[in-house]
Amino acid sequence: MIRTETRRLRVVVAVDGERTDVRKGRQRAETMRALLDKGYAVSAVREPPADGEIDSETIVLGADALSDTAPETVLDTVRALGEERGLPEGGTWKPWFPVIDYQRCTDCMQCLSFCLFDVYGVDKAGSIQVQNQDNCKTDCPACSRVCPEVAIMFPKYRHGPINGEEVHEDDVRREAMKVDISALLGGDIYAMLRDRSEKARSRFARERDDERALKERQKCLIRLQQDLDVPPEVLAALPTGDEIRAKAEAARRRAEQHSPGERKDA
Amino acid sequence: MAGGILYCHCAYARVVPAETKSAVLDGLSGSGTEFDAVADLCEMAARSDPRLRELAARGPVRIAACYPRAVKWLFASAGAKLADGARVFNMRTDSAGQILEGLEAGDGTGKDATTGGAP
Repeated sequence: MIRTETRRLRVVVAVDGERTDVRKGRQRAETMRALLDKGYAVSAVREPPADGEIDSETIVLGADALSDTAPETVLDTVRALGEERGLPEGGTWKPWFPVIDYQRCTDCMQCLSFCLFDVYGVDKAGSIQVQNQDNCKTDCPACSRVCPEVAIMFPKYRHGPINGEEVHEDDVRREAMKVDISALLGGDIYAMLRDRSEKARSRFARERDDERALKERQKCLIRLQQDLDVPPEVLAALPTGDEIRAKAEAARRRAEQHSPGERKDA
Repeated sequence: MAGGILYCHCAYARVVPAETKSAVLDGLSGSGTEFDAVADLCEMAARSDPRLRELAARGPVRIAACYPRAVKWLFASAGAKLADGARVFNMRTDSAGQILEGLEAGDGTGKDATTGGAP
Protein backbone atom coordinates (compact mmCIF):
# COMPACT_ATOMS: atom_id res chain seq x y z
CA MET A 1 0.00 0.00 0.00
CA ILE A 2 1.46 3.33 -1.03
CA ARG A 3 1.00 6.18 1.39
CA THR A 4 -1.74 8.64 0.76
CA GLU A 5 -1.34 12.29 1.56
CA THR A 6 -3.46 13.45 4.45
CA ARG A 7 -3.75 16.81 6.15
CA ARG A 8 -4.50 17.88 9.67
CA LEU A 9 -5.83 21.06 11.16
CA ARG A 10 -3.31 23.83 11.82
CA VAL A 11 -3.80 26.48 14.46
CA VAL A 12 -2.35 29.88 13.60
CA VAL A 13 -1.64 32.21 16.49
CA ALA A 14 -0.86 35.89 16.10
CA VAL A 15 2.28 37.12 17.88
CA ASP A 16 3.59 40.65 18.09
CA GLY A 17 7.32 39.94 18.05
CA GLU A 18 7.71 41.15 21.62
CA ARG A 19 8.80 38.96 24.51
CA THR A 20 5.71 38.24 26.59
CA ASP A 21 5.56 38.14 30.39
CA VAL A 22 6.46 34.86 32.03
CA ARG A 23 2.94 33.86 33.08
CA LYS A 24 1.43 34.48 29.67
CA GLY A 25 4.37 32.79 27.94
CA ARG A 26 3.98 29.67 30.08
CA GLN A 27 0.23 29.48 29.54
CA ARG A 28 0.68 29.95 25.80
CA ALA A 29 3.23 27.13 25.78
CA GLU A 30 0.91 24.97 27.86
CA THR A 31 -1.88 25.37 25.34
CA MET A 32 0.47 24.72 22.42
CA ARG A 33 1.65 21.55 24.15
CA ALA A 34 -1.94 20.36 24.58
CA LEU A 35 -2.61 20.93 20.87
CA LEU A 36 0.65 19.29 19.77
CA ASP A 37 0.03 16.29 22.00
CA LYS A 38 -3.18 15.71 20.07
CA GLY A 39 -1.48 15.93 16.70
CA TYR A 40 -2.33 19.50 15.69
CA ALA A 41 0.25 21.83 14.19
CA VAL A 42 0.62 25.35 15.61
CA SER A 43 2.13 28.34 13.84
CA ALA A 44 3.04 31.57 15.58
CA VAL A 45 2.96 34.36 13.00
CA ARG A 46 3.13 38.14 13.04
CA GLU A 47 0.79 38.56 10.13
CA PRO A 48 -2.06 36.06 10.27
CA PRO A 49 -3.92 35.43 7.03
CA ALA A 50 -6.82 37.76 6.33
CA ASP A 51 -10.33 36.34 6.64
CA GLY A 52 -10.67 35.67 2.94
CA GLU A 53 -7.32 33.86 2.79
CA ILE A 54 -7.95 31.31 5.51
CA ASP A 55 -8.27 27.80 4.10
CA SER A 56 -10.36 25.02 5.57
CA GLU A 57 -7.32 23.47 7.28
CA THR A 58 -6.48 26.56 9.28
CA ILE A 59 -7.89 28.15 12.42
CA VAL A 60 -6.65 31.60 13.42
CA LEU A 61 -6.53 32.61 17.08
CA GLY A 62 -5.35 35.78 18.73
CA ALA A 63 -2.31 35.46 21.02
CA ASP A 64 -4.52 36.18 24.01
CA ALA A 65 -6.69 33.16 23.21
CA LEU A 66 -3.74 30.97 24.08
CA SER A 67 -2.60 32.84 27.15
CA ASP A 68 -5.97 33.77 28.68
CA THR A 69 -8.08 30.69 27.96
CA ALA A 70 -7.72 27.30 29.62
CA PRO A 71 -5.81 24.84 27.38
CA GLU A 72 -8.68 22.31 27.55
CA THR A 73 -11.14 24.92 26.29
CA VAL A 74 -8.92 25.80 23.33
CA LEU A 75 -8.40 22.10 22.60
CA ASP A 76 -12.15 21.40 22.70
CA THR A 77 -12.82 24.27 20.31
CA VAL A 78 -10.14 23.14 17.88
CA ARG A 79 -11.30 19.54 18.08
CA ALA A 80 -14.90 20.54 17.33
CA LEU A 81 -13.83 22.66 14.36
CA GLY A 82 -11.66 19.85 13.06
CA GLU A 83 -14.52 17.38 13.24
CA GLU A 84 -16.79 19.86 11.51
CA ARG A 85 -14.27 20.17 8.66
CA GLY A 86 -13.54 16.47 8.45
CA LEU A 87 -9.95 16.84 9.68
CA PRO A 88 -9.21 14.32 12.42
CA GLU A 89 -6.84 14.87 15.30
CA GLY A 90 -3.74 12.72 15.48
CA GLY A 91 -4.00 9.09 16.39
CA THR A 92 -2.00 7.16 18.90
CA TRP A 93 0.12 5.26 16.35
CA LYS A 94 3.80 5.41 17.12
CA PRO A 95 5.27 6.36 13.75
CA TRP A 96 7.63 3.45 13.36
CA PHE A 97 9.01 2.76 9.91
CA PRO A 98 12.42 2.66 8.24
CA VAL A 99 13.92 5.83 6.81
CA ILE A 100 16.59 5.28 4.17
CA ASP A 101 19.74 7.37 4.00
CA TYR A 102 20.28 7.37 0.24
CA GLN A 103 23.73 8.82 0.66
CA ARG A 104 24.73 5.51 2.19
CA CYS A 105 22.36 3.04 0.50
CA THR A 106 23.88 0.92 -2.28
CA ASP A 107 20.63 -0.81 -3.33
CA CYS A 108 21.97 -4.17 -2.24
CA MET A 109 18.38 -5.25 -1.49
CA GLN A 110 19.32 -7.05 1.73
CA CYS A 111 16.59 -5.17 3.59
CA LEU A 112 14.01 -6.12 0.99
CA SER A 113 15.06 -9.75 1.15
CA PHE A 114 15.16 -9.76 4.90
CA CYS A 115 11.96 -7.92 5.86
CA LEU A 116 9.22 -10.42 6.53
CA PHE A 117 6.40 -7.96 6.07
CA ASP A 118 6.93 -6.44 2.61
CA VAL A 119 7.75 -3.00 3.94
CA TYR A 120 10.26 -2.50 1.13
CA GLY A 121 9.78 -2.39 -2.60
CA VAL A 122 11.62 -1.27 -5.70
CA ASP A 123 10.77 1.89 -7.62
CA LYS A 124 10.66 2.21 -11.41
CA ALA A 125 14.34 3.07 -11.47
CA GLY A 126 15.20 -0.11 -9.61
CA SER A 127 16.05 1.61 -6.34
CA ILE A 128 14.97 0.34 -2.99
CA GLN A 129 12.19 2.31 -1.32
CA VAL A 130 9.91 2.06 1.67
CA GLN A 131 6.49 1.30 0.24
CA ASN A 132 4.36 -0.19 3.00
CA GLN A 133 5.19 1.61 6.21
CA ASP A 134 2.03 0.43 7.87
CA ASN A 135 3.31 -3.14 7.63
CA CYS A 136 6.34 -2.32 9.75
CA LYS A 137 6.27 -3.87 13.22
CA THR A 138 6.55 -1.28 15.96
CA ASP A 139 9.89 -1.41 17.78
CA CYS A 140 11.40 -3.92 15.33
CA PRO A 141 14.67 -2.51 13.90
CA ALA A 142 15.86 -5.83 12.46
CA CYS A 143 16.22 -4.65 8.84
CA SER A 144 18.51 -1.82 9.92
CA ARG A 145 20.72 -4.36 11.63
CA VAL A 146 21.26 -6.33 8.45
CA CYS A 147 22.03 -3.25 6.34
CA PRO A 148 25.76 -3.45 5.56
CA GLU A 149 25.97 0.32 4.97
CA VAL A 150 24.10 1.41 8.12
CA ALA A 151 21.74 3.24 5.78
CA ILE A 152 18.46 2.38 7.50
CA MET A 153 17.24 4.52 10.35
CA PHE A 154 14.38 4.33 12.79
CA PRO A 155 14.35 7.85 14.25
CA LYS A 156 12.43 6.75 17.33
CA TYR A 157 14.87 3.98 18.20
CA ARG A 158 16.81 4.33 21.45
CA HIS A 159 20.36 3.85 20.23
CA GLY A 160 22.66 5.08 17.49
CA PRO A 161 23.32 4.85 14.67
CA ILE A 162 19.88 3.34 14.01
CA ASN A 163 18.25 6.45 15.52
CA GLY A 164 19.96 8.66 12.94
CA GLU A 165 23.09 9.44 14.88
CA GLU A 166 26.14 10.02 12.70
CA VAL A 167 27.65 6.82 11.39
CA HIS A 168 31.23 6.04 12.33
CA GLU A 169 33.57 3.59 10.68
CA ASP A 170 33.25 1.32 13.70
CA ASP A 171 29.50 1.11 13.09
CA VAL A 172 30.04 0.07 9.49
CA ARG A 173 32.53 -2.60 10.52
CA ARG A 174 30.22 -3.88 13.22
CA GLU A 175 27.19 -4.01 10.94
CA ALA A 176 29.20 -5.66 8.19
CA MET A 177 29.92 -8.47 10.57
CA LYS A 178 26.21 -8.97 11.04
CA VAL A 179 25.30 -9.00 7.36
CA ASP A 180 25.54 -12.73 7.11
CA ILE A 181 22.49 -13.32 9.22
CA SER A 182 22.89 -17.00 8.77
CA ALA A 183 26.11 -16.80 10.71
CA LEU A 184 24.43 -15.32 13.73
CA LEU A 185 23.59 -18.65 15.17
CA GLY A 186 26.44 -20.54 13.60
CA GLY A 187 24.66 -21.35 10.35
CA ASP A 188 21.48 -20.84 8.39
CA ILE A 189 18.88 -19.97 11.01
CA TYR A 190 16.10 -21.60 9.07
CA ALA A 191 18.13 -24.70 8.37
CA MET A 192 19.09 -24.74 11.98
CA LEU A 193 15.52 -24.47 13.16
CA ARG A 194 14.49 -27.15 10.68
CA ASP A 195 17.36 -29.33 11.78
CA ARG A 196 16.52 -28.88 15.41
CA SER A 197 12.93 -29.59 14.66
CA GLU A 198 13.89 -32.81 12.86
CA LYS A 199 16.23 -33.83 15.65
CA ALA A 200 13.51 -33.05 18.12
CA ARG A 201 11.10 -35.18 16.08
CA SER A 202 13.50 -38.11 16.13
CA ARG A 203 13.85 -37.67 19.83
CA PHE A 204 10.07 -37.64 20.12
CA ALA A 205 10.10 -41.05 18.57
CA ARG A 206 12.71 -42.21 21.05
CA GLU A 207 11.76 -40.22 24.09
CA ARG A 208 8.41 -38.62 23.26
CA ASP A 209 9.86 -35.47 24.79
CA ASP A 210 8.06 -32.76 22.84
CA GLU A 211 8.35 -30.34 25.70
CA ARG A 212 12.13 -30.46 25.49
CA ALA A 213 12.07 -29.84 21.74
CA LEU A 214 9.84 -26.86 22.18
CA LYS A 215 12.18 -25.46 24.80
CA GLU A 216 15.12 -25.79 22.41
CA ARG A 217 13.29 -23.96 19.68
CA GLN A 218 12.32 -21.21 22.08
CA LYS A 219 15.92 -20.90 23.24
CA CYS A 220 17.05 -20.52 19.66
CA LEU A 221 14.44 -17.84 18.94
CA ILE A 222 15.24 -15.97 22.14
CA ARG A 223 18.87 -15.76 21.08
CA LEU A 224 17.86 -14.38 17.69
CA GLN A 225 15.60 -11.89 19.41
CA GLN A 226 18.44 -10.69 21.62
CA ASP A 227 20.94 -10.42 18.78
CA LEU A 228 18.67 -8.38 16.53
CA ASP A 229 16.45 -6.71 19.14
CA VAL A 230 13.42 -8.18 17.41
CA PRO A 231 10.07 -8.19 19.25
CA PRO A 232 8.74 -11.67 20.04
CA GLU A 233 5.61 -11.18 17.93
CA VAL A 234 7.80 -10.68 14.87
CA LEU A 235 9.57 -13.94 15.51
CA ALA A 236 6.24 -15.62 15.95
CA ALA A 237 5.43 -14.63 12.37
CA LEU A 238 8.64 -15.96 10.79
CA PRO A 239 8.06 -17.32 7.29
CA THR A 240 9.71 -20.47 6.09
CA GLY A 241 13.19 -20.50 4.61
CA ASP A 242 11.71 -21.31 1.20
CA GLU A 243 9.47 -18.26 1.36
CA ILE A 244 12.41 -16.04 2.25
CA ARG A 245 14.52 -17.43 -0.58
CA ALA A 246 11.67 -16.96 -3.07
CA LYS A 247 11.25 -13.36 -1.99
CA ALA A 248 14.95 -12.65 -2.27
CA GLU A 249 15.00 -14.17 -5.75
CA ALA A 250 11.99 -12.09 -6.84
CA ALA A 251 13.67 -8.95 -5.50
CA ARG A 252 16.89 -9.79 -7.33
CA ARG A 253 14.96 -10.28 -10.58
CA ARG A 254 13.13 -6.98 -10.13
CA ALA A 255 16.38 -5.17 -9.47
CA GLU A 256 17.99 -6.72 -12.58
CA GLN A 257 15.07 -5.68 -14.77
CA HIS A 258 15.72 -2.04 -14.05
CA SER A 259 18.74 -0.14 -15.15
CA PRO A 260 20.26 2.09 -12.48
CA GLY A 261 18.13 5.20 -12.39
CA GLU A 262 18.07 8.57 -10.79
CA ARG A 263 18.97 8.50 -7.15
CA LYS A 264 16.72 10.04 -4.52
CA ASP A 265 19.54 12.01 -2.95
CA ALA A 266 18.11 15.03 -1.22
CA MET B 1 14.68 35.48 8.81
CA ALA B 2 14.34 33.32 5.69
CA GLY B 3 13.21 29.79 6.33
CA GLY B 4 12.03 30.40 9.86
CA ILE B 5 12.00 28.13 12.87
CA LEU B 6 10.43 24.67 13.09
CA TYR B 7 9.89 22.81 16.35
CA CYS B 8 9.07 19.08 16.40
CA HIS B 9 7.17 17.92 19.47
CA CYS B 10 7.94 14.22 18.86
CA ALA B 11 4.49 13.56 20.30
CA TYR B 12 4.29 9.83 19.70
CA ALA B 13 7.42 8.60 21.44
CA ARG B 14 9.49 9.35 24.49
CA VAL B 15 12.91 9.51 22.95
CA VAL B 16 13.36 13.26 23.34
CA PRO B 17 13.75 14.35 26.97
CA ALA B 18 10.46 15.93 28.06
CA GLU B 19 12.22 18.70 29.96
CA THR B 20 14.20 19.72 26.87
CA LYS B 21 11.10 19.81 24.70
CA SER B 22 9.23 21.81 27.33
CA ALA B 23 11.99 24.34 27.81
CA VAL B 24 12.43 24.86 24.06
CA LEU B 25 8.69 25.32 23.51
CA ASP B 26 8.42 27.63 26.54
CA GLY B 27 11.32 29.68 25.22
CA LEU B 28 9.91 29.96 21.71
CA SER B 29 6.36 30.78 22.74
CA GLY B 30 7.48 33.38 25.26
CA SER B 31 9.87 35.08 22.85
CA GLY B 32 7.19 36.47 20.57
CA THR B 33 9.12 35.17 17.60
CA GLU B 34 7.51 33.50 14.59
CA PHE B 35 7.79 29.73 14.45
CA ASP B 36 6.01 26.58 13.35
CA ALA B 37 5.42 23.73 15.78
CA VAL B 38 4.46 20.30 14.49
CA ALA B 39 3.27 17.32 16.49
CA ASP B 40 5.69 14.80 15.04
CA LEU B 41 7.88 14.97 11.94
CA CYS B 42 7.97 11.16 11.68
CA GLU B 43 4.19 10.98 11.64
CA MET B 44 4.00 13.75 9.04
CA ALA B 45 6.53 11.95 6.85
CA ALA B 46 4.59 8.69 7.25
CA ARG B 47 1.47 10.27 5.79
CA SER B 48 3.41 12.41 3.29
CA ASP B 49 1.95 15.58 4.74
CA PRO B 50 2.26 18.25 2.01
CA ARG B 51 3.12 20.73 4.76
CA LEU B 52 6.60 19.22 4.92
CA ARG B 53 7.19 20.35 1.35
CA GLU B 54 5.81 23.79 2.17
CA LEU B 55 8.14 24.10 5.18
CA ALA B 56 11.16 22.91 3.20
CA ALA B 57 10.38 25.29 0.35
CA ARG B 58 10.62 28.34 2.59
CA GLY B 59 14.39 28.35 2.55
CA PRO B 60 17.04 27.45 5.10
CA VAL B 61 14.80 26.53 8.00
CA ARG B 62 16.17 26.05 11.53
CA ILE B 63 14.77 22.90 13.06
CA ALA B 64 14.59 21.77 16.68
CA ALA B 65 14.08 18.03 16.48
CA CYS B 66 16.45 15.06 16.73
CA TYR B 67 19.43 13.76 14.75
CA PRO B 68 20.13 15.80 11.60
CA ARG B 69 20.61 12.70 9.43
CA ALA B 70 17.19 11.41 10.47
CA VAL B 71 15.51 14.78 9.95
CA LYS B 72 17.01 15.25 6.49
CA TRP B 73 15.88 11.85 5.23
CA LEU B 74 12.47 12.09 6.89
CA PHE B 75 11.83 15.19 4.81
CA ALA B 76 13.24 13.43 1.74
CA SER B 77 10.97 10.43 2.29
CA ALA B 78 8.00 12.78 1.97
CA GLY B 79 9.40 14.30 -1.22
CA ALA B 80 10.60 17.44 0.55
CA LYS B 81 14.17 18.57 0.03
CA LEU B 82 15.57 20.82 2.72
CA ALA B 83 17.16 23.99 1.37
CA ASP B 84 20.91 24.50 1.51
CA GLY B 85 21.82 25.96 4.86
CA ALA B 86 18.99 24.31 6.78
CA ARG B 87 20.19 23.69 10.33
CA VAL B 88 19.09 21.04 12.77
CA PHE B 89 19.33 21.30 16.56
CA ASN B 90 19.19 17.98 18.34
CA MET B 91 16.88 17.92 21.36
CA ARG B 92 17.98 14.36 22.13
CA THR B 93 21.53 15.46 22.86
CA ASP B 94 21.74 19.23 23.27
CA SER B 95 20.51 21.44 26.09
CA ALA B 96 17.45 23.66 25.71
CA GLY B 97 19.64 26.72 26.26
CA GLN B 98 22.00 25.83 23.43
CA ILE B 99 19.09 25.07 21.12
CA LEU B 100 17.18 28.27 21.83
CA GLU B 101 20.31 30.31 21.40
CA GLY B 102 21.01 28.71 18.03
CA LEU B 103 17.41 28.94 16.82
CA GLU B 104 17.09 32.59 17.67
CA ALA B 105 20.55 33.62 16.54
CA GLY B 106 20.17 32.05 13.09
CA ASP B 107 23.93 32.32 12.77
CA GLY B 108 24.75 28.95 11.26
CA THR B 109 25.14 27.06 14.50
CA GLY B 110 23.56 23.61 14.75
CA LYS B 111 24.21 20.89 12.22
CA ASP B 112 23.87 21.32 8.50
CA ALA B 113 20.96 19.08 7.56
CA THR B 114 21.78 19.06 3.87
CA THR B 115 25.09 17.30 4.38
CA GLY B 116 23.44 14.55 6.35
CA GLY B 117 24.55 15.78 9.72
CA ALA B 118 28.13 16.85 9.18
CA PRO B 119 28.84 20.16 10.89
